[in-house]
Amino acid sequence: MNRRRFLPILPALTLLAMLGPVIAGLWGTVMPAFGHLPAAGLTGPSLDPFRDLFDWAGLPRAMLLSISTGLLATSISLAIVMLVTAGWSGTRPFRALERLLSPLLSVPHAAAAFGLAFLIAPSGWLSRLMSPGVTGWDRPPDLLIVQDTWGLTMTAGLIVKEVPFLLLITLAALGQADAQRSVTISQALGYGRLTGWLKTVFPRVYAQIRPPIYVVLAYSMSVVDVAVILGPNTPPSLSVQIVKWMSDPDLAMRLEGAAGALLQLALVIGALVFWRIGEYVIGRLGQRWIASGARGRLDPVVAQLALFAGAASALAVLLGMVVLAIWSFAGFWGFPDAFPDTFTLRNWMRFGPGTLEALGETALIAITVALAALILTIGCLEAEYRFGLSFSQRAVWLLYLPLLIPQTAFLPGLQTLMLNLGADVGRLPVMAAHLVFVLPYVFLSLADPFRAWDTRMGTIAAALRASPNGVLWRVRLPMLLRPILTALAVGLAVSVGQYLATLLIGGGRVATLTTEAVALASGGDRRAIAVYGLMQTGAALVPFALALLLPALVWRNRKGLQHG
Amino acid sequence: MDKGLSLRDVSISKGGTPLLSVTHDIGPGEVLTVMGPSGVGKSTLLAFITGTLAPDFRATGEVWLDGHNITRAVPHQRRVGILFQDDLLFPHLSVGANLAFGLQPGGSATERKAKIDEALNEVGLSGFADRDPATLSGGQKARVALMRMLLSEPCGLLLDEPFSRLDAALRAQVRDMVFDRAKARALPVLMVTHDADDAQAADGVIITLGQPA
Repeated sequence: MNRRRFLPILPALTLLAMLGPVIAGLWGTVMPAFGHLPAAGLTGPSLDPFRDLFDWAGLPRAMLLSISTGLLATSISLAIVMLVTAGWSGTRPFRALERLLSPLLSVPHAAAAFGLAFLIAPSGWLSRLMSPGVTGWDRPPDLLIVQDTWGLTMTAGLIVKEVPFLLLITLAALGQADAQRSVTISQALGYGRLTGWLKTVFPRVYAQIRPPIYVVLAYSMSVVDVAVILGPNTPPSLSVQIVKWMSDPDLAMRLEGAAGALLQLALVIGALVFWRIGEYVIGRLGQRWIASGARGRLDPVVAQLALFAGAASALAVLLGMVVLAIWSFAGFWGFPDAFPDTFTLRNWMRFGPGTLEALGETALIAITVALAALILTIGCLEAEYRFGLSFSQRAVWLLYLPLLIPQTAFLPGLQTLMLNLGADVGRLPVMAAHLVFVLPYVFLSLADPFRAWDTRMGTIAAALRASPNGVLWRVRLPMLLRPILTALAVGLAVSVGQYLATLLIGGGRVATLTTEAVALASGGDRRAIAVYGLMQTGAALVPFALALLLPALVWRNRKGLQHG
Repeated sequence: MDKGLSLRDVSISKGGTPLLSVTHDIGPGEVLTVMGPSGVGKSTLLAFITGTLAPDFRATGEVWLDGHNITRAVPHQRRVGILFQDDLLFPHLSVGANLAFGLQPGGSATERKAKIDEALNEVGLSGFADRDPATLSGGQKARVALMRMLLSEPCGLLLDEPFSRLDAALRAQVRDMVFDRAKARALPVLMVTHDADDAQAADGVIITLGQPA
């Protein structure tokens, strides 16, 4: 293929792959929300779907749940990450957290949620470890901890997964903020470490990490898999209810679902506006705080609390994986024993074949999608380099757009649109839907290392008469092997974790580890859940391990490529 | 047929501000030194000649090399060799593979290997072909970079502050090696530097930028 003609259209193709389904999906949501659904013999426009929606008794609580979990999860995880970074960056405890980052990030949301549930449920591991010694319980207490009415456990489940994500992007932003010298200067002026950081570094860092914070807010408000596992049932959060309506055999229910999807979109937009106003208010208050000259007498206490919260959040995920592992090998395990009576391979023998089948489907989809995303990303970045294009700040927001629009707002619409068009649901459309979410993450992960490559290497190679393609294949890509494999692993992990896209666009016929695991949530078979959850985690974790291992192996005799 | 490198009415500007104007013929085996403090656009002149000028610069004028107008040629067909202050050896390739990257295609594997060994021998690095470039000393890297560039059989040579990273003892040695090789091959050389010693050693015409001409 003639790349010279192919390359310039790659950026446009990438935008189409990323935004096409979003726009089509929103269109497919708006039509039925106003009563237009030819497939069910309904033609609009009418306001009946909204009337039905507002007649639903659970609506106020469902809306409140969406708003409260979103705002709480985002602000708490942001506070933990900022305060831990402020109080501890550069110290030993902080480096320990940094090392845990990759494994914590790659645990899929659903697996982390199951782990948390198995930890803190009344019959969970923590209760078993403390019973009957500390608590005096010899039977699980009758407490609604998991799936509590207020969605607090669901919020906690989101926090433990968003903390590592926000920490990762904060670390990336810190690299450009010249943080260490600012903190040293403020300490020399008598400021505590934490206060000095907040007053000098935080404003710069926050400006950089703003888009991913908005992503966390939009995601937390409309998450489905974590809400199914940890969230309340009566009523469920708005997004879970939308999915229920969309899966109803009665096609007319899709109208109400579409109206709900538009409401969900409006809620997210409203919350983003509210957050933006909050930024302004906090900015003003912060300026006053800075002007006051307060040196931060409470710094040690706040720093300790933040570290405790950060460690607890990391431990919740890690111990959750441990308890999943124990359950997956557990024979009989009565309450309040701390460990099962026997360990057995029976659970794995029983559920193993099923998970392997799901693993095959998961891997096929994830590998195809991640590779496609990688090729498009490299094409875009190479086109940018060769043709001297530069992406504006506004173009960067385009990357975040598919992550800012709630999944429940456009995926149901995409499904309905396909239904109206008579298009078949199945593996290929699922891949296209996954690509929408995988592309931004692969791009964001690879863009910085790709652009940081010393372009004089390219000048030298061209002076040695290597063609542009020769420079790309023989010099640039081999030198960037490590970040390329990392980006690929990120893409695989994102695809493995996709729940709603697989469920809705696959029409229930595409069974991945994630959809199978979440489907087990209502059954409550802990051994089955443990096996599926671990397999799901493994599918996301193994690529990350390979991405670290392979470059070290390939370049074992090349000292110049062993760092970074 | 005009041998050598000619800059004809070359002017480079950025955002309407003129940076430099040069008109000069560099004959085979001659050295033109362009001096000036950092930030006056010395390196942009080299980028214009290699065809890698960043899009926010504007350049007019023509570059001729051995009788060909290469102003609008693609970078990899200009036959202009360049050395930077960093060796920029490809870190993923062995020393020998770096040289093979530069060596023009053609010849059997044995012939190519012989040429590479000969090049290493010429700069006193026999037996270094399988080494990782990262394990070489600064002077050794500079010599490999020089031979890699010469193996690509360029028709002209550009030097971008090529010796500024080397310590004083090595500096003169590497500098002499580069100028000797260029002279032996009758290459026109354009060097930009801010170092008076380098300019002196080049033994050619010196243009100073950043001052009224």
